[in-house]
Amino acid sequence: MPSELVKREMRTENLPHIWCPGCSHGSVMRALCQAIENVGLERKNTVIVSGIGCSSRAVGYLNFDTIHTTHGRALAFATGIKLANPDLHVIVLTGDGDISAIGGNHLIHACRRNIGITCIVMNNTIYGMTGGQYSPTTPTGDFGTTAPYGNIDKDFDIPLLAASAGATFAARTTAYGIAQTITVMEKALKHKGFSVIDVASICPSYYGRRNKKGDAVKMLQWQKENSVPVKMAQNMTAEELKGMIVTGIFKDVEEPEYTEEYQKIIEKAGGKR
Amino acid sequence: MSKAVLMQGNEACVKGALKAGMRFFAGYPITPSTEIAEGCAVELPKLGGKFIQMEDELASMAAVIGASVTGTKAMTATSGPGFSLKQENIGYACEAEIPCVIVDVQRSGPSTGLPTSSSQGDVMQTRWGTHGDHPIIVLSPSSVSETYYLTIRAFNLAEKYMTPVILLMDEMIGHLRETVNLYDDVEIINRKQPDEPEGNFEAYKAGENLVPVLPVFGSGHYYNITGLTHNTWGFPTNNRKIAGDLNSRLLNKIEKNRKDIESFEEYLCDDAELLIVAYGGSARVGEESVDMLRKKGIKAGMYRPVTIWPMAETRLAELSERTGKVLVIEHNNGQYVHEVERVAGKKVEVGFIGNISGSYILPTEVVKKAEEMYYAK
Repeated sequence: MPSELVKREMRTENLPHIWCPGCSHGSVMRALCQAIENVGLERKNTVIVSGIGCSSRAVGYLNFDTIHTTHGRALAFATGIKLANPDLHVIVLTGDGDISAIGGNHLIHACRRNIGITCIVMNNTIYGMTGGQYSPTTPTGDFGTTAPYGNIDKDFDIPLLAASAGATFAARTTAYGIAQTITVMEKALKHKGFSVIDVASICPSYYGRRNKKGDAVKMLQWQKENSVPVKMAQNMTAEELKGMIVTGIFKDVEEPEYTEEYQKIIEKAGGKR
Repeated sequence: MSKAVLMQGNEACVKGALKAGMRFFAGYPITPSTEIAEGCAVELPKLGGKFIQMEDELASMAAVIGASVTGTKAMTATSGPGFSLKQENIGYACEAEIPCVIVDVQRSGPSTGLPTSSSQGDVMQTRWGTHGDHPIIVLSPSSVSETYYLTIRAFNLAEKYMTPVILLMDEMIGHLRETVNLYDDVEIINRKQPDEPEGNFEAYKAGENLVPVLPVFGSGHYYNITGLTHNTWGFPTNNRKIAGDLNSRLLNKIEKNRKDIESFEEYLCDDAELLIVAYGGSARVGEESVDMLRKKGIKAGMYRPVTIWPMAETRLAELSERTGKVLVIEHNNGQYVHEVERVAGKKVEVGFIGNISGSYILPTEVVKKAEEMYYAK
């Protein structure tokens, strides 16, 4: 039986979802629903946008105005939505491949503009939908179907990438730390400007199996044991941080938001909103 | 009321779009369409509209679709290399039925090609540039004035049929300066919205003319938009029956309404014994050639498709059959000529004259070719 929260926020007629057993995307989706309720976002003014991949199928289950876009382009669609109607709360759900490979350019430019969008990355460090190819967040040395001898690419750190590109809110949480995920999501949803949360999600079916990480419980246990709060990480060496997940809020500053700045352009040009 | 104003083709496109109600433009700089973006950057904020220069062509097409789902009439403009990049999201707009206008001011290709030279080399790309069987409406103006009015029509067709519409210009028209008579009284069509009370909404069921009624985001009618094959609620499905029904409806939405969509123009066709077929900038060469041929005693006429896709085939078939001789002028190596051959049928002689050097087709070349065809036994 679905919980009251699920009944309120999800399209229960479309459940159960398509994700594999043990996948944590469902927990992240539920966490978002909880955060939306806690913050009190109005359904009518909330738009959820996604790209392509496992993560992006979430929009089909969320009972809002939802749009499942093209691979990597969710932020570009979301930018059009937000700029055309700044009254809308725009939330983007995406995955590591979607946002940091094919959509990498859109990510850095959304950060740079500091446009009022919340971007939640369900980062399972693998292309799950296509069966387990390595992504830009697959740790160096790990395996994927397209990295049968080990991945030689260096992996992206999404919050650091976003923060340096100009995002004014950048954070990381884990699927294990769901309470923290909800709290950080609330902060991101209330943040004025572009916010990014990199949620370390687990993919037992493809990443886990190929890299001998054990089942879902073991993978979540691993997240618990290898997470380090960002404040503590500041006093640790690179060697000590190797293989660890640094969690918490990396950046939270206030800077001019894009659609508000555009409103000033309209006023300069003598137009009315 | 009307007033006559001298302007450039690209400028006429901006003015037409604003008249049609365009209030969002996303683009990326590219020759020879940049003046459209520049014009929108100046004019849109004056009307409370939004202009954004996106990080690339893919993103500008995506942002246009995003703006459109909020109910804002949106446009982008580009040329060949950028048009190639936009294809991904043009296909999305076809599948998801999001109205928008894409302007392609053609330059000479392939690839980076001759950025400042006119061309009509994208005509087949407008039909089949994005993958899969999909509907498309393409309009091609042959004067600055027509650019103004066809831009308005492009928005009207997009909103009426809930589909992307391509305005196919050539550099020749984009950078030409002519007088446009701006009439106040033009028809403006806005997409339908539901009468039903707020709540979950079956947005993708076929409405009037097979066109769905898609509520704008923020209206309180909840549904899902996706580029995946979807059911009438907008949710992804692999059901073959539903998939077939959706794909057929998307194509039939245009096919069954061809009469309303198609437009063409004839020039001295009533007594014509030789038919010139030309569109866009080439039609100007065609018209001049008809005049020159008539002075030489050859009864030539011209058929000009204004909607390139879908083409007004019935009239072209009649004229081709009656004259028996058709000469197609295109600023490319011969693309649309194959469509004309298909419509004209095997009994009609179809000639072609084109150009892929970046220079122009001269009326004298057309006249020479027409004379050869006319006097051949």
